[in-house]
Amino acid sequence: MAPVPEELRGPAKGRPGDEPVVVFDDVRLAFDDNVVLDGISFKLYPGFTKIFIGASGSGKSTVLKLILGLLAPDSGTITVHGQRIDGMTENELFAVRDHTGMVFQEGALFDSMTVGENVGFKLYEETDMPLADVRTRVEEVLGFVELGPYIDRKPSELSGGQRRRVAIARAMAFKPKLLLYDEPTTGLDPITALTVDAEIIKLRDLEGVTSVLVTHQLRDAFYIATHGAARAPEGHAIVSASPEKVEEADFVMLRDGKIVFEGSADELRTATDPYLRAFLS
Amino acid sequence: MAAFTEWLKRALLEVQEYSKLAMATARCAVSRPFYWHDFVEQLDAIGIGSMTVVILTGLFTGAVLALQSGFTLDQFGARPFVGRLVSASMIKELGPVLTALMLAGRVSSGIAAELGSMMVTEQVSALRALGTDPVRKLVVPRVLAGILMTPVLTVVANTVGLLGGWVVSVQNLNVASGLYWSSVVDGLFLEDVWMGLLKPFFLGFIIVTVGCHVGLRTRGGTQGVGRATTNAVVAASVGVIAMDFFSTQLLLELLF
Repeated sequence: MAPVPEELRGPAKGRPGDEPVVVFDDVRLAFDDNVVLDGISFKLYPGFTKIFIGASGSGKSTVLKLILGLLAPDSGTITVHGQRIDGMTENELFAVRDHTGMVFQEGALFDSMTVGENVGFKLYEETDMPLADVRTRVEEVLGFVELGPYIDRKPSELSGGQRRRVAIARAMAFKPKLLLYDEPTTGLDPITALTVDAEIIKLRDLEGVTSVLVTHQLRDAFYIATHGAARAPEGHAIVSASPEKVEEADFVMLRDGKIVFEGSADELRTATDPYLRAFLS
Repeated sequence: MAAFTEWLKRALLEVQEYSKLAMATARCAVSRPFYWHDFVEQLDAIGIGSMTVVILTGLFTGAVLALQSGFTLDQFGARPFVGRLVSASMIKELGPVLTALMLAGRVSSGIAAELGSMMVTEQVSALRALGTDPVRKLVVPRVLAGILMTPVLTVVANTVGLLGGWVVSVQNLNVASGLYWSSVVDGLFLEDVWMGLLKPFFLGFIIVTVGCHVGLRTRGGTQGVGRATTNAVVAASVGVIAMDFFSTQLLLELLF
């Protein structure tokens, strides 16, 4: 399958006057002879969601690591929060990461710390925020993911779904503008996965966080793209998203390091390409 | 030939990465931020945590030295000089090297396993994502604690080694207690004491930096962690012996 030509891709979405949060321009990366990403280009605007899908080894997680500067591309440019990061040193990248949070595949919680210490890690270690304020913020975000009573537990005492929600709380504790999710529901049962999906939707719609989601769980991907969160008297409610809101979530299909589809949930559902059909079935 | 070239390339890459880590550690050790809490935690883990193994090693080494050398010295009617032999051997060479080898087994492997587990579960990537430099947070506190605690543990090993030698000399060899201790002092020059105190700084650096380097280069899940642990012990032990030779040579030049 040939890569999607620029002119056939969905329009570069964004609200008028908005500058993109993430821009990939012809990004290539290879490890020795193994080409991981081959000419990847896309833009992501504030408040929007980009959902990367594809088979294992197609380069999805690598995209997240490039956005965060954990890996550097061989060629091409990457701009995050208006700054080119592809040539930055590790020290320069720390400033960019102040506005970007990441939820790792298995949570990557620090085993030796409590849930509260994990969630407040950045605030405790890398800011001058008073300890009482850090504690308040930790309680606030744990309340947001409905894990307030677990603040003094160790990660080993939590279930898989709770660990993912703590990881989300840790990533959002310092109020990033951009959140990256690496397979946040993989290995979870469908009911638990829905609770994680709900947190992602809440963060996007109630906190205005721009999201990049990498997954091969299509059910969760479509749920996040087609649902929205609204404030309700008892906290919040997850509802079906309006057609305009659905358009704010873009699916990107990667195959062998190339983008082979880019478009909305509806466009993906109605795609006729045999590979896409096979993937969706 | 191709296999040898591949092996050589891999070995050179390891040396390059180790040197880069050592330089980054030196840079981070003299600049902010410094994680005091982790440093104190490591002083406890490396220093207090290794005390038992070091005391037992020192005690039995001193005892066996006295036992072996006592009977050899007997052949020359020199049994009263057993203290001199124990002190010279322990303080100049055996104390620092055996302490370092024990630490290579306990500390280097522990660090490699801990950091290796953090690598394969993406905790190190999570640290970077949260804006924390893993070298500052994980490596610097361990290296400084290792450099500081290895000499302290060596002094403990030397002391209990001399005590072990004293017990055997008095109980098994019938050497008078006063004669043993005066012989211990006679056998030492100030330069020997300096050598015994300075060498552990170099050895402590090798033990911890090797553990950190191997740990942070761990790949391949739990199997990789197992391999890293073994590699750390082997590399740190060989490194200790090699560094002992080079530091002895350097200190002989400087002190004598």
